[in-house]
Amino acid sequence: MRPSGSRGGSDMCLAVPAKVMERNGDAAVVTLGGVRREISLMLLDDVSVGEWVIVHAGFAIEKLSEEEAEQTLSLLREIADASEIH
Amino acid sequence: MRLKYIDEFRDPSTARALVGRIRKDAGDRPARLMEVCGTHTVAIARSGIRPLLSGAVTMVSGPGCPVCVTPDGYIDAAIALGREKGALLASFGDMLRVPGKTSSLEREKGNGLDVRVVYSPLDAVALAAETRDREVVFLGVGFETTAPAIAGAVRTAAQRRIANFSVLPSVRTIPEAMGLLAADPEIRIEGFLCPAHVSVIIGADAYRPVAEAHRIPCVVAGFEPLDILMGISMLVRQIREGTARVENEYTRVATRGGNRKAQELVAEVFVPCDTGWRGIGVIPGSGLRISERYAAFDAERKFGVPVVFSPEKTACRCGDVLKGKILPGDCPLFGKACVPDEPYGPCMVSSEGTCAAYYKYGAS
Repeated sequence: MRPSGSRGGSDMCLAVPAKVMERNGDAAVVTLGGVRREISLMLLDDVSVGEWVIVHAGFAIEKLSEEEAEQTLSLLREIADASEIH
Repeated sequence: MRLKYIDEFRDPSTARALVGRIRKDAGDRPARLMEVCGTHTVAIARSGIRPLLSGAVTMVSGPGCPVCVTPDGYIDAAIALGREKGALLASFGDMLRVPGKTSSLEREKGNGLDVRVVYSPLDAVALAAETRDREVVFLGVGFETTAPAIAGAVRTAAQRRIANFSVLPSVRTIPEAMGLLAADPEIRIEGFLCPAHVSVIIGADAYRPVAEAHRIPCVVAGFEPLDILMGISMLVRQIREGTARVENEYTRVATRGGNRKAQELVAEVFVPCDTGWRGIGVIPGSGLRISERYAAFDAERKFGVPVVFSPEKTACRCGDVLKGKILPGDCPLFGKACVPDEPYGPCMVSSEGTCAAYYKYGAS
């Protein structure tokens, strides 16, 4: 997915993973595919610099769990490996 | 550049393995599934998933594009707020070309109406803080994913006493629409691929009433190709096994209970209501209006400009496209009187619209 809409970053439904670079209260700076952007952390508790969040319409809507991502990827790899064996 | 948590979910050899698994599980009877969300529709069209699964899975597109289901009466009310009440309108960019009954925000902007495109509802609050001598109305269109951002803007304006800010709300909720579609015998959906980011807010358990009442499997899936294929595979397995459970493929972000803090904020600023969906009709309990506590920030009440919902008389068949009854190519206007540069119906306007996705990626 792209960090911004095709017509100037204003389409509403593009929520993408972003890394938190700075935080000051409810305000944070994230990088979205290399672009720095100010967002609100109003909807989340306990977000630290270096964590990944999903950003939608200027708000972080949830943290991304690196552990869960790895579990899903390893399940996908198992499926890929199983198909090569058969 | 490599994009973390995106590129890993696009690996072609894993995609081929998933396609093989889906085909094997589906057997000789194609499964009929609906991707509810417009972001899924675009991702499926762009990645060419539909032809890969041809004969095994039929993917039907659903109503999950907020721009597409916003009634034309909403656009008319927004234009009236600008023209008659002199309000400065702040909107997400993809609303501008949506046709109202007689005009669009883009056309009115060309005729001097002050319409500003914003990325976040908070940008509209900042705009109001900078222009205290003018009313600023944010066009609050969206589903559950966007509702907390709109609610956050309303609460911020209330806390900062920015009295010249208000919202014209057009917020809809997805599970109620899924219930309506699941009950429609003409659509015959056997499984729902549930939206990734709506589910992040409301939680996967929010689909349990739909799954149980209609005996239909529901799987929350992310938006990358492997997420979608894995979600489809989980649905096909459930159909084969005869189960109708809610499952979650997108565990790296979505949880069973969703984002409680966002839910609390939405419950503080909004209350559920019946609302009209463009092309579909009124769905009971599928809308959110602004609560009494924040009535001063509700543009409809503040200016006495109501959003009127009335069924349209038109050759455009967006309604049947949104319900998954026909494919875009079955509409007589598709690709002829209705193209992305000159959209006739709302499904061709938004980049997330089913007709726009089919047109752009030649899937029809």
